[in-house]
Amino acid sequence: MIRLDQVTKIYPDGTEAVNEVSLEVGEGELCVLLGPSGCGKTTTMKVINRIIPITKGKIYIDGTDTTKIDEDELRRNIGYAIQEIGLFPHMTVGQNIQVVPALKGWPKDKRSERAEELLELVGMNSAEFMNKYPSELSGGQRQRVGVARALGADPPILLMDEPFGAIDPITRVRLQDEFLKIEQEIKKTIIFVTHDIYEAIKMGDKIALMNEGRLVQYDTPSNLLFKPKNEFVEQFVGADRALKGLQLIRVKELMTGTPPLAKADERVVTVQARMEREGVDCLAVVDNEGKFLGWVDRVNVGKGETVRDIINRSVATATANAVLSEALSLMLSSGFKTLAIVDGINKLEGVLSFDAIQLALSEVAQRRGSE
Amino acid sequence: MRRQVVLITILAILIGLTVWITSLDKIGIYDVFSWSDLLSDARAHLKMVLIAEVIATSIAVPLAILVTRPGLKRLATPVIFGANVGQTLPSLAVIAIMAPLLGFGLQSAIVALCIYGLLPILRNSYAGINNIEPAIIEAGRGMGMTIGQIARKIELPLALPVIMAGIRISTVITVGTAELAVLVGGKGLGRITFTGVLARQPLLILQGAAPTAAMAIILGFILERIEKWMTPRGLQLKAGIS
Repeated sequence: MIRLDQVTKIYPDGTEAVNEVSLEVGEGELCVLLGPSGCGKTTTMKVINRIIPITKGKIYIDGTDTTKIDEDELRRNIGYAIQEIGLFPHMTVGQNIQVVPALKGWPKDKRSERAEELLELVGMNSAEFMNKYPSELSGGQRQRVGVARALGADPPILLMDEPFGAIDPITRVRLQDEFLKIEQEIKKTIIFVTHDIYEAIKMGDKIALMNEGRLVQYDTPSNLLFKPKNEFVEQFVGADRALKGLQLIRVKELMTGTPPLAKADERVVTVQARMEREGVDCLAVVDNEGKFLGWVDRVNVGKGETVRDIINRSVATATANAVLSEALSLMLSSGFKTLAIVDGINKLEGVLSFDAIQLALSEVAQRRGSE
Repeated sequence: MRRQVVLITILAILIGLTVWITSLDKIGIYDVFSWSDLLSDARAHLKMVLIAEVIATSIAVPLAILVTRPGLKRLATPVIFGANVGQTLPSLAVIAIMAPLLGFGLQSAIVALCIYGLLPILRNSYAGINNIEPAIIEAGRGMGMTIGQIARKIELPLALPVIMAGIRISTVITVGTAELAVLVGGKGLGRITFTGVLARQPLLILQGAAPTAAMAIILGFILERIEKWMTPRGLQLKAGIS
């Protein structure tokens, strides 16, 4: 979707803000640009919509070189959300949200309909806020409007520069949670700039950690935490990475997406053989639609003929977006070392084992031990 | 509210003085100017000020917009420097120098008033546009507004209150400066004031000066209302006016 190919930005005074950065962001992914201040993360974001022209390299969107697209046209198709100060103070909330649709020449009623819809999406009552001015809103509300405005003309790509930056920690966490929910609905490709490692791990599908204009590691949050590439990454993620991982890494990163399964009407002997072959102690049981029914455990195999006779139905489940600490706590309280990961309608999406969590955490410990 | 009471009181005193002096028959051995003289001088004065202001505004505002464009920013320093230097010149000098350059007459007076009135408008317009939060401009660029759209939809509306304040300050100053127009062959209330100066009659001086001051106060008041009316509502709320 977005591909940066050896992008370099050197300012006229010789400062190398971005140095040969190459990275690719897939469609629907949220890529966090992370790093200490002055690392070039904001510049990297701003070269994508050509707010900042690059010195060397190429940027492709859907395979098209961005320099071949008219600059204003390019920007109208890329949502842009910056900190709350970016709202136009002389325009109402509704007018702010309609800026890009108006630039694109949408008819008036379609525009205002869209603005109402977006306000509701970001959790604001459209009747109440549509005609208010930014100065009448709280910091958190302004951030929401900023996100709504970026989504104005339904662009496939969003650029967000610390969108939850200048805001109190409690509101911030709430906005992050809400945005994660919105993100699942809207399915955009998002570039998200932050200096906050917690925010990065929480929000990102992938994290690009930068330092002094260079891309240091481009990886999933769990790999960044548990498989740091070098000392800088280790220091940046901090010594409490195991704890951060538990608090922030989402279950989907460590779960097994295609686990061996069992059906309720299968014979126990068949299932037992499958467990031995796969080297596991239990199998998730699903019905014909893939919905999770329960577990069949190796210790119970002698107690019945078919899976239905020995199935253990009273087990907890979690969603793929739950964080590891929630999953771990469910495991500990259920006394079961494997957790079924289901979607909203109880369809099995994968399984997460205690071992997988432990393995991820202990990789860090081993690495540290060997140093 | 309090300020308005003070202004209206001063205005009443000034108009009262003018009416009283004009109703006198003679001051010493001098005849006072008649009502029709006074009114035609006041009209000429006002006309001169308005023409000068319209010209000054139509030069200063575009110039300020020009020197705040990204490519032309380096012009800003010399232009603003020039404006600041110009402002420090005595108004009498600016007016006096016009006579040898353009000859005696109304045109010299108007050109001089323009030059002098231009500076506050230019300075305010420049500051108004230049002080807009860069993040706001960048948000506009990031959303795909063209340079022209940013100027029309963001910069001008946001700078308008400051530009209008510049026009108001300039107008008020120019009403006073226009007293000097008579020295280079212009018209206006200066004719009465300077007659009084030459005759060494304070009351006669006041017959010209009091209505001039009243005019400055009234114009200032009207322009202030226009300024408030033109300030976008979103900004009024911010400043806590409304």
